[in-house]
Amino acid sequence: MINLKSLSKFTERFVSGHRLCPGCGAGIMARQVLMAVEKKSIVITSATGCLEVSTTVFPYTAWKDSFFHSAFANSAATCSGIESAYNSLKKKGKIKSEMKFIAFGGDGGTGDIGLQALSGALERQHNMLYICYNNEAYMNTGVQRSGLTPKGASTTTAPIGVFSQGKVQNSKDLTQIVAAHDIPYVAQSNIGHWHDFIRKVQKALSIKGPSFINVLTPCRLGWNYKSEYTMAIARLANETCIWPSYEVEKGIYKISINPNPKKPVIDFLKLQGRFKHLFKKDNIHIINKIQKDVDLKWNNLKKKERITAESI
Amino acid sequence: MIKTVYPTGKIVAKTGNEAIAEAMRQIEPDVVAAYPITPATEIMQIFSQFIADGIIGSEYIAVESEHSAMSATIAASAAGARAMTGTSSQGLAFMWEMLYIASGLRLPIVMAEVNRAISAPINIHGDHSDSMGTRDSGWIQLYSENSQEAYDNMIQAIRISEKAKLPVMVTTDGFVISHCMEVVEIYPDKDVKAFIGDYNPDRYLLDIKHPYTLGAIDLQDYYFEHRYQLSKAIEDSKNIILNVSKDFFNSFKRKYDFYEKYMLDDAEIAIVVIGSTAGTVKLVVKELRNKGIKAGLLKIRVYRPFPSKQIAKELASIKAIAIMDKSDSCSGAFAPIYSDIVASLYSNGIVKPKVLNCVYGLGGRDITIKQIINIYEILIKIASGIKYPTNIINYINVRK
Repeated sequence: MINLKSLSKFTERFVSGHRLCPGCGAGIMARQVLMAVEKKSIVITSATGCLEVSTTVFPYTAWKDSFFHSAFANSAATCSGIESAYNSLKKKGKIKSEMKFIAFGGDGGTGDIGLQALSGALERQHNMLYICYNNEAYMNTGVQRSGLTPKGASTTTAPIGVFSQGKVQNSKDLTQIVAAHDIPYVAQSNIGHWHDFIRKVQKALSIKGPSFINVLTPCRLGWNYKSEYTMAIARLANETCIWPSYEVEKGIYKISINPNPKKPVIDFLKLQGRFKHLFKKDNIHIINKIQKDVDLKWNNLKKKERITAESI
Repeated sequence: MIKTVYPTGKIVAKTGNEAIAEAMRQIEPDVVAAYPITPATEIMQIFSQFIADGIIGSEYIAVESEHSAMSATIAASAAGARAMTGTSSQGLAFMWEMLYIASGLRLPIVMAEVNRAISAPINIHGDHSDSMGTRDSGWIQLYSENSQEAYDNMIQAIRISEKAKLPVMVTTDGFVISHCMEVVEIYPDKDVKAFIGDYNPDRYLLDIKHPYTLGAIDLQDYYFEHRYQLSKAIEDSKNIILNVSKDFFNSFKRKYDFYEKYMLDDAEIAIVVIGSTAGTVKLVVKELRNKGIKAGLLKIRVYRPFPSKQIAKELASIKAIAIMDKSDSCSGAFAPIYSDIVASLYSNGIVKPKVLNCVYGLGGRDITIKQIINIYEILIKIASGIKYPTNIINYINVRK
């Protein structure tokens, strides 16, 4: 079990000198993952995106472990290739040590352009952990909407205009899409609750077969907030149930953190520039709709937890 | 499923796909990732059967797309495995961005590429549009005239790729080679294994004692040098290819070069062609020679790296040449092989030969003996001084 005391003695494997923004959630996410890994041998793959371009500016790297990037849509396929190479070389006795494989991708690289590769790799049951660091838009190219951008958020391709007020559609529920693959372990977490996220990474790495974590990773640039608010905003996403923390282990749902009291969504929205326009008088109905959608999804999640618990 | 395994070698009847699968069984790569596509599918079906029957210990990744096929092959290669794949046409097109990454990262991948036309309109038959579209992707390209050459090229490709640190595609004409049965000499397993040797990369991702970052972002300060190194590596691979051919001859008694000359040395007129059509052209050349006509053929085997200086020298004293392209570049000027050859001639100061470009066989349309004779007849006229336009493409056997 990891605690703050043990973490303080952790030898950094994701080191300083990278070029991520101050307050960037992705850097915090990477660091927490490598804390969770402890002393295990790993190979990391990443989709093209902020995390990759900012940490591997040739001839420098922020990664002490083997790190591989090739393209945008293929982090899962890439990780599956490395895992297969490992299985083959281990079978032939060329490699002796135990190793784990971690794939990173942003929300676009995982849930939009990389969804096919992810789905294929999950179905093939590779022994790997895929982590979607979800900052809810294409941040690396300058805050364009993705399929995982939430309703109402203003982005550069779903801007505020005369006819629309940010993104009109809901985000796709990637965690549920992955859960539908019936893989051994699926979880949703956020970097604000480090103990929750680290515990889930450790659990995922202890399981044989594919595992997946969708981790909410605030982006101070794209979400437009002061850089010191990253962790607070991440926690508010959880406390308002906009981003519930839960896991699906062998089909059984379990809510990891039950917010008490459950805060209204405006507490989360009001700190971020991307939602600022929603607080205009004419747009209050959008906030009301967001609240209604969140309530419905939260209640459904609680039902899933109850129903699947009965099947144990 | 036909399961034909000849561990001690044998002269047998095999289709191109079967011969390639047999080469892959003998090579026994660590990882293969592939996706079905006509007319290449059979290679992976046979290979999967070898694994299912426990004949080989390779890992087969049945990926969900060709993009993932090439991605997983690249990753397996970077991880330290001997990795292979195979595809055709739209599959190769779907791999496009990854092809450049395979060569840019200097990974020794070998791919069986069964040539097929590119959509639209959709067509499953053989032409060279697919691999010609990737001619500048940094891959070595070895073309085959028949199943034997395809089998031999696959075995040589392993050695070439690992020495040059470059990916290699071995191509066969869709259906004409891939699905036609021919006599192929399969060599004993032990001889093939001895020829290719073990694969021990200098640096690989799974080497936990020496972890490293691969695929970093390269900006204005380094990108150009790395691309220059790639260009240099392709140029340098020419010697590697020739050395591997020499070793191959010593082991298996079959001679390979950048190209094959057929009655070319004293020829006054010649055709340059790639792939299975060379067989038909040889027949025509023989007939013409019987009539006292000095016809010849140059069949290109190694298209990338392009043996520019050597080909220019071979063609220097020929009066009229027809370059037959089984693809159209849609450039508004000429097709790929023609452009390469004319540039090679001109840059070497050779301006005398009249050079004609003939585009043929798109979408698998047959090329007949009569049509090839017609081309030689045009060359005879040009050689004798009769004016014939050489600044346009001659489309062979198409309704205009």
